[in-house]
Amino acid sequence: MTDLERRQDRAPVPAGWEYAPAPESRDIVTLEERYGLFIGGEFVDPRSGEYFPTLNPGTEEQLAEVAQAGPEDVDLAVGAAREAYDNGWSSISPAERAKYLFRIARILQERSREFAVLESMNGGKPIRESRDVDLPLAAAHFFYYAGWADKLEYAFPNRRPRSIGVAGQIIPWNFPLLMLAWKIAPALAAGNTVVLKPAETTPLTALLFTDVVRQAELPPGVVNIITGDGRAGAELVKHEGVDKIAFTGSTEVGKAIQRELAGTGKKLTLELGGKAANIVFDDAALDQAVEGIVNGIYFNQGHVCCAGSRLLVQESIYEPLIAKLKRRLTTLRLGDPLDKNTDIGAINSKQQLDKITELVAAGEEEGAEIYQPPCRLPEKGYWFAPTVFTNVAQSYRIAQEEIFGPVLSVLTFRTPDEAVEKANNTAYGLSAGVWTEKGSRILSMAQKLRAGVIWANTFNRFDPTSPFGGFKESGFGREGGLHGLEPYLDLGESEVRGG
Amino acid sequence: MAKAPALPTGFELPLEPRLPRIGSVDQVAVEERAASLARRSIKKDAKMFALDLAVRMMDLTTLEGQDTPGKIAALASKAIRPDPADTSVPSVAAICVYPNLVPAAVERVRGSSVKVASVATAFPSGQAPTHLKVAEVREVVEMGADEVDMVIDRGAFLSGRYAKVYDEIVQVKEACGEAHLKVILEVSELGTYDNVRRASLLSMAAGADFIKTSTGKLPGAATLPVTLVMLEAIRDVHDETGRKVGMKPAGGIRQSKQAVQYLVQLYETLGAEWLTPDLYRLGASTLLNDVLMQIRKEKTGRYQSPDYFTVD
Repeated sequence: MTDLERRQDRAPVPAGWEYAPAPESRDIVTLEERYGLFIGGEFVDPRSGEYFPTLNPGTEEQLAEVAQAGPEDVDLAVGAAREAYDNGWSSISPAERAKYLFRIARILQERSREFAVLESMNGGKPIRESRDVDLPLAAAHFFYYAGWADKLEYAFPNRRPRSIGVAGQIIPWNFPLLMLAWKIAPALAAGNTVVLKPAETTPLTALLFTDVVRQAELPPGVVNIITGDGRAGAELVKHEGVDKIAFTGSTEVGKAIQRELAGTGKKLTLELGGKAANIVFDDAALDQAVEGIVNGIYFNQGHVCCAGSRLLVQESIYEPLIAKLKRRLTTLRLGDPLDKNTDIGAINSKQQLDKITELVAAGEEEGAEIYQPPCRLPEKGYWFAPTVFTNVAQSYRIAQEEIFGPVLSVLTFRTPDEAVEKANNTAYGLSAGVWTEKGSRILSMAQKLRAGVIWANTFNRFDPTSPFGGFKESGFGREGGLHGLEPYLDLGESEVRGG
Repeated sequence: MAKAPALPTGFELPLEPRLPRIGSVDQVAVEERAASLARRSIKKDAKMFALDLAVRMMDLTTLEGQDTPGKIAALASKAIRPDPADTSVPSVAAICVYPNLVPAAVERVRGSSVKVASVATAFPSGQAPTHLKVAEVREVVEMGADEVDMVIDRGAFLSGRYAKVYDEIVQVKEACGEAHLKVILEVSELGTYDNVRRASLLSMAAGADFIKTSTGKLPGAATLPVTLVMLEAIRDVHDETGRKVGMKPAGGIRQSKQAVQYLVQLYETLGAEWLTPDLYRLGASTLLNDVLMQIRKEKTGRYQSPDYFTVD
C-alpha cells in the first residue's frame, strides 16, 4: 500500500467545516460624507442646520451624516411636492406615469447589488436577504404598480378614481428600501406626489434612491426625501399641505398619528406592530415546518412586523418539533452582514438591542425556559443570539408584547379551536401561519384567524400582487395589490377620513 | 389526534412504536430550503476541503453494455491515483461496476483502499423474481464485491405492496453478508417526495447501510431537494434509533460546484459526523475530472486544459 492510500484509510472524520469568509465587496457603494435633504429634485442644506450621524450597526462605524429636517424644511418639501403635483404630475397621461415607474423598476434591478450592499451596511441585515428578498421585491413593486398606472378606471369599475395630492409617507428601519417601494410605487401610479421620511437609523438607501429618481428623469418635486428623527415625522404628519399620511412603524406612534389627524380630513393608513401566531398541527411536514418557523422569526433578525413570534405547537408533536428546531438553530450563522453565508445579521440599533434585552430578561424572570444556540457574538456592533423560549404562558409579556427581535415564544395547544383562541388572543392581528397537510383545515383556520395575512405551509412570503395589512392594533388600510391603490385615490364617494 | 395508518406486514418497523407517522414532505418548502443551501458561498480553504472530500467520497462508476475488463482496468487506475501529476490527491472511495466486471475490478484494485461496488438485483429495473435477485447478490459477493448497490422493486412499491419491497431488501441484506448494502430508490420513478421519504424509511428499516437516489439510467436522477428529503429521513432514523445510515446521491452530478453544494447540504443537515466516505458517497462518472481541474486551479491559481487530465 502506498503512503497515499494509507493516508486515506486513516482520514479522520473532521470536527467541522469552517466556511472561509465570503464577504460581498463594499467598493460598489460610494457614500458622501454628508447628505442634505432631497427637495424639488436636488439636495439642499437643511434650514435647521442640524445633522446627525448614521451608523453601520454591525461595526458601529459612522457611514455618513444626514440632515435633521426641521419645520421649515418639511414645509419646503411639501411645497415642492405640491408644486410638482399642480404643475404637471397630476395632469400628465397615465401611460407617461407608468413609463417613469417602469424606468425606476429597471434601474433598481440594474443597480440591485449596490443597493443590497448599502442596505446591509446601514441596516445590519444579511446580504443574502437584501440581495434575494429586499431588492427583487422592491423592483417588483415598482413593476407591478407601473402596470396599474394607466388602468385605474378598470381597477375600480363604475368609479371615478382621481389622485389625491401630496402624500406624506413615514417608513420604518426594518426594510428601508422595500418599504420605500411599498409607499412610493402606488402613490405615484395613482398620480400623487410624495414627501417620504425614512427611519432615523436607516436613511442611506432612500438617499441613494434619489439618484435613481434623477436617472429616471422623474420631474423635480414628485419624490422628495427628508431625513430626521421622530420630530421630522411629526412635522410632516401635521403639515396642512399633506393630503394623506401613510405610516409604517410602531403601534404607539401610529396611535399618536391617528389622534393628531382626527378631524383634519387627511386620509390615513397605518401598518403597525404584530405578534403573529405560527400554528403547527401534528400532521404537518415537520422538517419544512421547522424551516418555516426559522424563517418566520429569525428572518431579518426578527425585525419584521409580521414575524411569527408566537409558535403554537400541537402538544402531540411538541417534543420532536422543539428538538428539531433547537438543532436547526445551531446551524444558523451569525456575523458580518456582508458575508454571503450569514443567516443572522446585526440588530438595527442600540435602542432596539436594549429593548430586546429587556424583554428577554422579563421572559426569564416570568419563568420561561430560554434556549440560545452556542454562537460567538462579534465584539463591536449590536448583536443578539437567536433565542427560543419554551414553557411560555399566554400571560407572559414575551407572549403578548412585540419584541421585534430574534426571539421566539413557544406555546402549545391541543385542538384546532384552542389554537384559534390562543392565536386571536392578542391586541394585534397582522399575520398568522398554519402548518398542516390537510387542505380543509387550512381553509377553516383562515376563516377563523383574525389577521390580515395568513400563510399556509409557508411564512414571510411577500408578493406585490397580494394586499398586506392588519386587524386591530396592527393598523388599517392595505398595501400591495389592487387594495394598495385605494388609499392613494379619491374614488368619488364619501369615505372614512382621518381615521 | 390522527391515528397512524395501518401498515402492511413487514412495515412493522423497529421504528414503528416511536415514529407513529411516516411523516410528510412539503414540496415547495423542501425545494426552497435546498435552493437556499445551494447558495452558500464556499471559497479558498473551505473549497479545498470540500474538493478533497468529494474525491474521497466518490464512487467512480461505469455501467455500460460496452464495459470490458480493459475499461475496468483504466477506471481502477484512475480510482487509485486520480491525478498522477499530484500525488496529494487521494484515491476515490470505490468503483461501481456491473456484476460481470466484478472479478476484473477486484483484481485491479487489490492492495489499494479502493472498494469494489457492484450493482445487482436485476439492475436497473429490478423486474425479476426475488430468488434470482438474491442469487445474483450472493454471486457478486462471492466474486469479491465489497459493496452491493441494489434497486428496490418500484413496481411493488407503486402498487402499494410495501411488504414485498421490504422483504426483498431483508433477503438481499442477508445475502450480502459482510458486504455493505446500498439501496437504490430510483427516485424519478417514485413521483413524489412523500414516496421518497416512505421508501427511504422502509429501506432503512429493512437494513440498508446506505440509501441511494438513482440508477443513473434515467433522466432527472439525483437532485438537491430529493437528496435533502432522504437526508432528513436518515436524520429521523438516527434520532429514533441511534443508527447511522449513509447517503449516496447518484446521476447528474457532473461539476465540482454541484458536489460542493451536495456537501454543504450534508454538513448543514446531518453535521460533521457524516462527512466521511463511510457515510456519504457521490455516484458519478464524469465528475472526477472536473474536481481535479478545480483542485489544480485552487493550488496554482490557473485553469488548465482538459487535456491535462486523463480520460479513462
